Amino acid sequence: MERRFNPGDEVAVKQSYPPGHRRTPYYIRGKRGVVERVCGSFPNPEELAYGFDGEPKRVLYRVRFRQKEVWPRYEGPERDWLELEIYEHWLEKA
Amino acid sequence: MSHDHDHHEKAKGRDFDEGPPSEYEIMSRAMQELLEAKGLITAEEIRQRMEQFEEDFPYRGSKVIAHAWADAAFRKRLLEDGKAACAEFGVDLEADRLIAVENTPEVHNLIVCTLCSCYPRALLGMPPTWYKSENYRKRVVREPRAVLREFGTVIADDVTVRVHDSNADMRYVVVPMRPAGTEGWSEDELARIITRDSLVGVTVPKP
Repeated sequence: MERRFNPGDEVAVKQSYPPGHRRTPYYIRGKRGVVERVCGSFPNPEELAYGFDGEPKRVLYRVRFRQKEVWPRYEGPERDWLELEIYEHWLEKA
Repeated sequence: MSHDHDHHEKAKGRDFDEGPPSEYEIMSRAMQELLEAKGLITAEEIRQRMEQFEEDFPYRGSKVIAHAWADAAFRKRLLEDGKAACAEFGVDLEADRLIAVENTPEVHNLIVCTLCSCYPRALLGMPPTWYKSENYRKRVVREPRAVLREFGTVIADDVTVRVHDSNADMRYVVVPMRPAGTEGWSEDELARIITRDSLVGVTVPKP
């Protein structure tokens, strides 16, 4: 499946709050990170949740964020990371 | 930190068969009865499945990691493709897609699912109550070092803490560092110090 991003690409999670079943936690929306790996393509969980077939499949990425980017008041070293799985339609080029 | 704060509030402080069943218990029971009535599944199959979750699955993770400690080539394959390596070792992860993350002198890994309680069940059995608690799920992404300290695990400031939110389709297991003093141990002996908590990353194995 064609994909928009590759490991090392800088991305931003969309700051969007649509209703429904979403697998993108609120706390990470609007944050900037770097693609850590491509996990593959999976049926879209936002569709599966309502009994649809999840097609077309979506590309899932693991994205790495600096803790200080996610939580400006993070108490810990700069080197600490937080990693999440984000579907392609939630990502924008940063 | 309170580890008894399960998000299934209704089940709290109540014996299994005491009082009226919750809405979810009734739905689950009704579904089971329908599946049985249609001949799709038997009560014995459900019992066997529960037994697997309690008697077999919780011990698989330690065996896989003990093998990874003992066999460097297997460890490399496990880090590249967790599911394939487990299958090769005779452990079928079923629907779980597994990413193994390696602790090193520079990095300590920690797993959470902030959205619910995603967990590598086919490798570690059912998640512990604290893993499902809101306390753990909310705090471990924003103050992982404080949460680790409450588990008795102190990570030095020159070691990166890498938190993995298991928020979508992948499942995670930590490959802890093999402690000094375990040279020459058999895989069975190694498996005994590889606890469930060390595979989630809240502790580190000690000889």
